[in-house]
Amino acid sequence: MLLSGFDFLGLDRFLSDEEKLVRETVRRFVKNEVSPIIEHCYEQGQFPTELVSKLGKLEILGANLPEKYGCAGMNSLSYGLIMQELEAGDSGIRSFASVQGALCMYPIFAFGSEEQRVKYLPSMATGKTIGCFGLTEPNQGSDPGEMLTRAKKVSDGWVINGSKSWITNGAIADIAIVWARVEGDDVRGFIIEKGTPGFTATETKHKLSLRASITSELFFQDCRISDENILPNAKGLKGPLMCLTQARYGIAWGVIGAAMSCLEVALNYARERVQFGRAIAAFQLTQEKLVSAFVEITKAQLLNHQLAKLKDEGYLKPVQVSMAKLNNVAIALNCARVCRSILGANGIMGEYGIMRHMCNLESVYTYEGTHEIHTLILGNYLTGFDAFR
Amino acid sequence: MKICVCLKQVPKKDSILRIAQDQKWIDERDISYEMSEADAYALEEALRQKEAHGGEVIVISMGPERTRQSIKEALAKGADRAIHLDDPIFEQATDAAGIGRAIAAALKDEGCDLIMTGLQSDDHGFGQVGLIIAERLGMSSATIVMEVQIETGSVRVKRELESGWFQWVRVPTPAVLTIQSGINQLRYATLKGIMSAKKKELREVKAADLNLTADDLKPLQSIERAYVPEKSKQTEFIEGKPAEIAARLVEKLRFDARVF
Ligand SMILES: Cc1cc2nc3c(=O)[nH]c(=O)nc-3n(C[C@H](O)[C@H](O)[C@H](O)COP(=O)(O)OP(=O)(O)OC[C@H]3O[C@@H](n4cnc5c(N)ncnc54)[C@H](O)[C@@H]3O)c2cc1C
Repeated sequence: MLLSGFDFLGLDRFLSDEEKLVRETVRRFVKNEVSPIIEHCYEQGQFPTELVSKLGKLEILGANLPEKYGCAGMNSLSYGLIMQELEAGDSGIRSFASVQGALCMYPIFAFGSEEQRVKYLPSMATGKTIGCFGLTEPNQGSDPGEMLTRAKKVSDGWVINGSKSWITNGAIADIAIVWARVEGDDVRGFIIEKGTPGFTATETKHKLSLRASITSELFFQDCRISDENILPNAKGLKGPLMCLTQARYGIAWGVIGAAMSCLEVALNYARERVQFGRAIAAFQLTQEKLVSAFVEITKAQLLNHQLAKLKDEGYLKPVQVSMAKLNNVAIALNCARVCRSILGANGIMGEYGIMRHMCNLESVYTYEGTHEIHTLILGNYLTGFDAFR
Repeated sequence: MKICVCLKQVPKKDSILRIAQDQKWIDERDISYEMSEADAYALEEALRQKEAHGGEVIVISMGPERTRQSIKEALAKGADRAIHLDDPIFEQATDAAGIGRAIAAALKDEGCDLIMTGLQSDDHGFGQVGLIIAERLGMSSATIVMEVQIETGSVRVKRELESGWFQWVRVPTPAVLTIQSGINQLRYATLKGIMSAKKKELREVKAADLNLTADDLKPLQSIERAYVPEKSKQTEFIEGKPAEIAARLVEKLRFDARVF
């Protein structure tokens, strides 16, 4: 069976020709451009920068933003399908696209001035300008409201001091969307360009997950920026949280791509691998593993399709995205682990890709709001009690 | 320059194929389809020629409703408009003669300078449709084309021959070229291209529009039986000491295989 075979409930029937074409195009792109190089990139701990302009040419970056700014103006379903196909290749590639589109282009679009949109969005859509999103700090992860990075108003602009950690794309980014607290006031967002005196980025090496993605630490030491670099329409934590809702929506779709990829490999392997005189797929224990992955993937697909509808109609609530992020990442991770076991020793080898997906998904489980934090968000919604503190 | 590309939708290369109950073709249930590979190269070549010389690229495809997906892909990649021969009567045309006749009829009044097809389709692999169209429309033709150079009133093409040999020939236009896979690098449709394809003309043509009846398209050739290759040869293992094995092998090669 193939990736395209995991459509047990006939969801394809409800896709338009255009949506199918979008999926097909990205799937082919991943097959031709990502799959042949990704294992090597992962082993070397390298992000394939040569893919950036190719992603831009395909108009994948910020694909759901309006054409007016050089973007493709896709609907939420197409956007989701793009993320799914990218992550079927590798979570690192999907992470790049998520950060660029949902965490950097989106805030410029949603909270930026018209000048900022015109200045940055078209060149970010082509991949010429790469962005990164700085919210997390060494001492503030799940609780970003306690951030220590400070912005101080001076006559001709702002002075930023502090640091950000675990920042995807950081070391290769041309601009950073940085969230900092204004002394005694709200959290605000700033666009800080590479090369601004006082701003440095260093790569975080030796990761054992998302190895084909760049993660960095950003440092700001009396970093002076002008008034044009503040996002005028974001005040308070709501700004970054709205960005995260966009990105989490893409993650909910993406991880199912990774899960389908794992299941496809495991299924083919189980059919061919013979032990005790039979294909291992013929053993009940193996079938239970395959079926549980299949059932969970199918349920997650339903969640995604429903979220897409809600999103396009303007009814999507962040708490619904929390459920999808929580559920889909958890089942994808479990699916990867179970599929890994089906391959026995071969499961740990790079060539099958499952272990890579599995290791990647450990990061996805943690970033963009950990599994636990999304549980608390849903717990709060359900019970009315805030259990964060 | 007006270039028309004939494209066929075929089962995806990585499909798991099963023989249909009647053993005449494959079971088409649960199969996904795609543009035949050589046709994709023909489309790419047409788009590149248009980019270099200006003009129009038209795509034409015959097939059931699902074929629209491949037609739209061609429009998304940059073709200007499309003709879809979609009619139960066309389903009669299962051989190259019928398909060629229908497509030629649809293109008769288009006045194309070039018609490009894939060298052969990935499913039937007849490799004849292009030539039949050329014959019916009175156009010149060249097959297995590896490179295309457009001139005034003619086109110079590099043809692939056997054993790594090539041949350059000049054919007067209008001409039909059957294109070899791999002659260029395929582009991806862009997302905006996909969205703009919706706005391009996709004309549906019925058999009656071409004055064709089911009788006209009756196949002259039909498939007797489709089957998975049957094992007809046996591997023989020669055992014994190396010298004995060698002697036996030489004997076999000389008298059974007759290679020397
Ligand atoms: C590869 C990678 C890329 C990343 N990219 C970015 C990026 O581009 N930009 C960015 O800003 N950040 C990024 N992050 C950071 C990520 O968002 C944080 O790691 C995440 O928010 C968790 O923060 P933490 O790691 O500090 O964990 P902590 O917040 O210290 O949490 C540790 C553990 O405690 C649990 N925990 C915390 N609070 C509670 C509570 N109240 N109740 C129950 N359990 C709790 C957590 O769920 C977790 O299990 C990235 C992280 C990784 C790994």
